[in-house]
Amino acid sequence: MTTRQRASLEIDGIVQGVGFRPFVYRLALRLGLSGWVRNTGQGVQIEAEGEAEALAAFSRALREEAPPLAVVTALRLTHLDAVGEEGFVILDSAKKGHGGEVSPDCDVCEDCLKELFDPDNRRHLYPFINCTNCGPRYSIITGIPYDRPATTMAGFPMCDDCLAEYHDPLNRRFHAQPNACPVCGPRLSLFDAEGAPVAGDPLQQALAALKAGRVVAVKGVGGYHLAVDASNEEAVTLLRRRKKRDEKPFAMLAADLDAVRRHVHCSELEGRLLSGVESPIVLMRKRPESTVSPLVAPGNGWFGFMLPGNPLQHLLARGVDSPLVMTSGNLSDEPIAYRDDEALRTLSGIADFFLTHDRDIHTRTDDSVIRLYRGEPLFLRRSRGYVPRAVALPGEQARVLAVGAELKATLCLTRGGQGFMSQHIGDLKNAATLTSLEESAAHLGRLLEITPEVVAHDLHPDYLSTVYGQGLGLPCVAVQHHHAHMASCMAENGLDGEAIGVILDGTGYGSDGTIWGGEFLVGGYAGFARRGHFGLMRMPGGDAAVREPFRMALAALYRLHGAELFLQPLAVCGEVQEGDRPLFLKMLEKGINAPLTSSCGRLFDAVSALLSVRHRISYEGQAAIELEALAETGAADEAYPYLVAGEGSHVLEFGPAIAAICADLAGGKSRADIARAFHRTVAAGIVEVCRRIRAEHGEERVVLSGGVFQNRLLTEDVAGELTAEGFQVYCHRLVPPNDGGLALGQAVIAGRALGK
Amino acid sequence: MNNDLILLGHGSGGRLSHQLLDDLIIPQLSSVPVKGQNDAALLNIGGVKLAFSTDSYVVDPIFFPGGNIGDLAINGTVNDLAMMGARPLCLSVGFILEEGFSKEELSRILASMRQAADAAGVAIVTGDTKVVPKGKGDRIFINTSGIGALEHNLQIDGASARVGDKIIVNGCIGDHGIAVLSAREGLEIDSGIKSDSAPLNGLVTGLLTLGPALHVLRDPTRGGVATTLKEIALQSGVTVTLNEESLPINPGVKGVCAILGLDPLYVANEGKLLALVAPERADEALEIMRRHPLGRDAAVIGEVTETSAGKVQMETLVGGMRGVEMLAGEQLPRIC
Ligand SMILES: [Fe+3]
Ligand SMILES: [Mg+2]
Ligand SMILES: [Zn+2]
Ligand SMILES: [Zn+2]
Repeated sequence: MTTRQRASLEIDGIVQGVGFRPFVYRLALRLGLSGWVRNTGQGVQIEAEGEAEALAAFSRALREEAPPLAVVTALRLTHLDAVGEEGFVILDSAKKGHGGEVSPDCDVCEDCLKELFDPDNRRHLYPFINCTNCGPRYSIITGIPYDRPATTMAGFPMCDDCLAEYHDPLNRRFHAQPNACPVCGPRLSLFDAEGAPVAGDPLQQALAALKAGRVVAVKGVGGYHLAVDASNEEAVTLLRRRKKRDEKPFAMLAADLDAVRRHVHCSELEGRLLSGVESPIVLMRKRPESTVSPLVAPGNGWFGFMLPGNPLQHLLARGVDSPLVMTSGNLSDEPIAYRDDEALRTLSGIADFFLTHDRDIHTRTDDSVIRLYRGEPLFLRRSRGYVPRAVALPGEQARVLAVGAELKATLCLTRGGQGFMSQHIGDLKNAATLTSLEESAAHLGRLLEITPEVVAHDLHPDYLSTVYGQGLGLPCVAVQHHHAHMASCMAENGLDGEAIGVILDGTGYGSDGTIWGGEFLVGGYAGFARRGHFGLMRMPGGDAAVREPFRMALAALYRLHGAELFLQPLAVCGEVQEGDRPLFLKMLEKGINAPLTSSCGRLFDAVSALLSVRHRISYEGQAAIELEALAETGAADEAYPYLVAGEGSHVLEFGPAIAAICADLAGGKSRADIARAFHRTVAAGIVEVCRRIRAEHGEERVVLSGGVFQNRLLTEDVAGELTAEGFQVYCHRLVPPNDGGLALGQAVIAGRALGK
Repeated sequence: MNNDLILLGHGSGGRLSHQLLDDLIIPQLSSVPVKGQNDAALLNIGGVKLAFSTDSYVVDPIFFPGGNIGDLAINGTVNDLAMMGARPLCLSVGFILEEGFSKEELSRILASMRQAADAAGVAIVTGDTKVVPKGKGDRIFINTSGIGALEHNLQIDGASARVGDKIIVNGCIGDHGIAVLSAREGLEIDSGIKSDSAPLNGLVTGLLTLGPALHVLRDPTRGGVATTLKEIALQSGVTVTLNEESLPINPGVKGVCAILGLDPLYVANEGKLLALVAPERADEALEIMRRHPLGRDAAVIGEVTETSAGKVQMETLVGGMRGVEMLAGEQLPRIC
């Protein structure tokens, strides 16, 4: 009469540590199925037995009703013979595995949030509340399998109440590894700048300090933040002075969307991004009536906000009336502090108080940063909340460790058709950051059980990532920088075959040993041809020209006026003192440490300095960012003149535009309008070169990548015009267009080269 | 770029040079296993301990403020011998001259070689001269080889650095590289930057009185202080921590480097040595140096901080800690 069946189901994806097994358990009870569920090395395995319809409903619900943090990437069902088993049980983990996935860190869920603010709940105001649907993951995991002993919660034995929840399959905290309560879990504490404990309730004391304009270092999920009252000008000034960070924008924490909307224009999509469990920083346009101190983001039309991303931030944000600056707790070039002793040592000259706790952070993860472009989110930094979530690759490939670039280093490890990007690691020139790259590669490899077969690194011989990669004793593939940018954008868009790559960034080592950065490539993962590039300019002083954009302006003027350049009536000429000018001219004339570059970023620097927007920078990209901000306030219908020269390869020359800009400056034209017209010019030139390449190759698909595409105005001009011309335009959505996304492209190029 | 060809960078003294040596030259030529390279070979011939070294000089231009290719060729080999703690005794000299080279210039070069040899107290005992057709050489190349006597039982080499050692330099860094660059490119800088080319054997004689407290001596020539320290760190398996603030640099060199965007840590020296000395004798070592005319600006610039896989790092002026690596070849832009 009944058709009793049995099935084995194997599920891949993020299905461990996210309440998947209790979900399966409850589902089986609901549908009257018997059998078992257990974690395996790569996911979850189930055997279930019952009515055919019930089994069918079961396998449907496994996908459709999965818990919020779960990501099911594959479900394989095999029919077995029924064995007449009774009851459904959760079994211990199968020991051996070949690589599962790890959940990112996540904000508290609605249920936990309710408990947090419920005076009758035993976790009322407890900053370490979590359940299987929420809480810290990646940052506290020390090894696999993901069990409490393999987290930084290992040293907190659960009390009887917590244990009961932990063992009850119907409880939201069933096998919630970081489960804790005020009786048994981590505790908050407050120290002063000397490291002496402060009496009283740590949270209330910290809030009082913030209200009084003091700087408080707060231990978050992925590292320490520095917090001050964002509406208190003196407090912000104090923080800037102590942090030796003169102008780089600070991010802010607001209690809720209503609070955010008082300071910025926040669209529905931006609101959704802010409210997501990943709690990234979202950059949004400032409102003129905002009461936040202008010193939070000087020279910039945008504020970066995040909503609380962990219980402590919920408690802090609700305890103050205005947004809090929440900037990473580090000295200018250092990575964000995440160990308590290190935080006290490095931040004691900056913070007046330390609001900290005794749950260790195992893996440092910075906040993620997102900005909307043409109505689509674009990562400027992909880190906490998203890492180590897999990115689907365009196909199966060899196991690769890609080591990224140097300034915004990230790693990428691949397995099958999946790429795992690491958290933002930072500037490798800093000794501690380089160590963190080495540790992260090992740690991620262990967690994901990936043993790479090949290392992919940049072609630049001196990138510290290159030196590191070459020292690993594995076969190496050197990948040209802009090819990697292009492949990164193609891969995340699932493109195969060939495309045109418009790759615009600062500087990258070219296949011919010169410095590239404004490139038109045609090709795919297997290779590329350089079909065009921006006109060459000298970079007087090498990297010094990046820190001092006035050098690029002078190099541009030198092309127009030669040795007469210092006779031009331009403020930027005053940047080199009378006595140093002969040497500066010699440097340009003879090309002494003044390599030729086709960089687009350096062209923006040149114009920014010509307009005296920024002669020297105090943070990366500042000159271009402020030029864009100025351009947003200007208007221009027409582009400046430019030239497309060259044979076989198109050379996009902006010399005529520079001359016209100088003439406009002399004529007293508004700098904002000049800046706007310059953006139009670059976009027009790019579209023209793409048209010519299409005429020769018939290629219709254009991928846009490289750090310059963080410029919203330019991206919208370029993408808009290309689309209007009938091109199919592909931008980044999953990884940053800057060097933070480079490792993905490196990984795919190297992995494809090696095969499966 | 073609991987099968020799690049200019293979002669920079940086990573490419090391690769060429390790991958191609040493495996084919060396009769004994080599672990790391020192400035000279140590030989034991019939119970007599000798140091033996050779070097070729192709500097362009051949005359520069503070010296010329001739005294450079003498001082360079004298210093390589001295860096092993040896007393330089005698040199050979080989010339490769280009057809059409001026005798007057050759004569000036020979005179300064004579003077340099006398100053260092070495004898030039054998030599060779070849002439190549015009265009097949660049005026004059010189090779010198030298033999020195090892009159102590100390273990002074790149592998002897120990945790705690102080790193002492005998004066301002970067003078030679900037002097040569400015002469070559006609920079017409009148800040009086001169090559520091000088024989260091006298200074070393003084340092040898430190006995076993003297662990490493090296002359930071091509590749500068950064490259030399990286070599020492790798050879000894230690971490070296520099302090940017304490680096002695002439204001003129600092100014030119600032404008040209060059890092003085990678600029060549020809009269400088790095001494790694046990901490308890470091003050004494500094005193010995400062008493000598070539060591008046001597300074402690860092120390060996831990055992590790060969790292060099520098505490920067703003208080950060930056890694210092050997460059592949020339200084190249890397900020994206
Ligand atoms: Fe880049
Ligand atoms: Mg030598
Ligand atoms: Zn929860
Ligand atoms: Zn408890």
